[in-house]
Amino acid sequence: MDKAGEQRQFTVLMRILHWLMAAMVLTMLAIGVAMVASLGDYHRLVSIHRPLGIAILIVVVIRFVIRQLSTLPPFPASMSSRERFIAHASEVLLYTLLFVLPLIGWGMLSAARFPIVLYGPLHLPPILPHSVMLYAFLRRTHTVLAYLLFLAFIAHFGAILFHTLVVRDGLFSRMAPWRVDAR
Amino acid sequence: MPSDSTASVQPQPAPLSRGRTLVRLGGIGVVLLCAVGVFLYLGGWFSPNALTPGRFVNAFERADGVFSGFRRNHAKGVGVSGYFESNGQGARLSKAVVFRAGRVPVIGRFSFGGGDPHVADAPNMVRGLGLLFWLPDGEQWRTAMVNLPVFPFQTPQDFYDNLVASQPDPKTGKPDPEKMAAFAASHPATVRAISMIQSHAPSSGFDNTAFNSLNAFRFIDAAGMSIPVRWSLVPVEPVVALTTTGTPPTDKSYMFDAVIASILQHPLQWHLIITVGRPEDPTNDATMAWPDGREQVDVGTLTLDHIESEETSPARDINFDPLVLPSGMAPSDDPLLSARSAIYSQSFTRRAGEAKTPSAISGAEVGK
Repeated sequence: MDKAGEQRQFTVLMRILHWLMAAMVLTMLAIGVAMVASLGDYHRLVSIHRPLGIAILIVVVIRFVIRQLSTLPPFPASMSSRERFIAHASEVLLYTLLFVLPLIGWGMLSAARFPIVLYGPLHLPPILPHSVMLYAFLRRTHTVLAYLLFLAFIAHFGAILFHTLVVRDGLFSRMAPWRVDAR
Repeated sequence: MPSDSTASVQPQPAPLSRGRTLVRLGGIGVVLLCAVGVFLYLGGWFSPNALTPGRFVNAFERADGVFSGFRRNHAKGVGVSGYFESNGQGARLSKAVVFRAGRVPVIGRFSFGGGDPHVADAPNMVRGLGLLFWLPDGEQWRTAMVNLPVFPFQTPQDFYDNLVASQPDPKTGKPDPEKMAAFAASHPATVRAISMIQSHAPSSGFDNTAFNSLNAFRFIDAAGMSIPVRWSLVPVEPVVALTTTGTPPTDKSYMFDAVIASILQHPLQWHLIITVGRPEDPTNDATMAWPDGREQVDVGTLTLDHIESEETSPARDINFDPLVLPSGMAPSDDPLLSARSAIYSQSFTRRAGEAKTPSAISGAEVGK
């Protein structure tokens, strides 16, 4: 084992959660943008979108708690304090969106009095009163934040490509799915 | 420590030449553009002519106009409520809780087809009844039924093309007969369905109208067996044929006034009849009736004992999405079903955020 000061990677559990969420969230964004433009596949896609959103909500809460309990690897020495601040702010933004988007989805279905069906008879209770005005506001917010999440993903993806291919400071190894040993 | 995997974590690799840096930056740009492109492609940004829920609702809006706060189709209506009393006979067909013997509350809405919420009542317009069954434990069953025996269109595209073809010509104020004829010539199923619809004379009012699910659905029983079904609400009120003699009523809402007066006098009732299809019966074609002689099961009685204006009825703020189904019911392979769900949702989302304007059937109208 590395000594704490030499830890270069997120813990195995945090890396598993990261890549699991990456797959879930990219699937979710693809389903979300496709279903609102679809007639024939709308119902099938919505039936996946709802439980997958709730699954993301559960995983992001677990991940946040585990993150609080874990020692995080340091940023590479090559990153300036401004870069570190931006990286940190983007992490806060991503966590916030991943938490808030499913909650808004749940809330907007509640405000429209749709049943929040997960699978078969399994469903969630409404968390907001019946109000179509509230539904309309949350429905718009859901779209705006989903596009913001997609842009945040693009920025996150672009930043890691830049660090890996141009700066080459080993930033990716912190979250690499495989084990990268320290010096 | 192994040293062969540490190159990637060296803090200071040899600097890249300017040329190689630019090539790598360009490569990153291409990868990101591809990711954005896939996202936009999935969202239909590169297929501007594909039929989407938004474009479908636009066609309704072009046909009838936009009336703030109203449904884009079946705009004129009145709210009702009551209960469904299941006799338990449906429990062998579907495990849905609604078919266990007992009573569940229902809210609903009578309506006329079309996007004009102030249209004058006319017996030949399509009559709708949307229902929401509140099941125990928070499950719901929603169904949007009409009085037609079959639906005139096989696919969402057919429905859309007909909406476009029957658009009034701005010069004449009437649909272009050539476009209508061209649509009919290329859609024999629609012609067949319309002649069947026209052979069924409408009844005198909402209270003695039979309403049909139109689309086929599937029921799943406790053992997991799935069967094709359609359902109908058959009125307990005696069916009175429409009288076409005498002076036509002058009140624009005379049919709504009649059903209001009727419910204020005594509750109205319908039998919920499930028609069980055979494996060979088409479930993907709402223009086709199933052959006579299919098993029909009376599973219970719908009672509507309360009627109120949309201004106060919770039904105004309900989307009677036909795919809000309890466990034990499922969509069939009818392509209209998913499209109805998508288009109703689009219409609901648009009207939900608009200012609500008074319904043609006002609270005073219901109270008088």
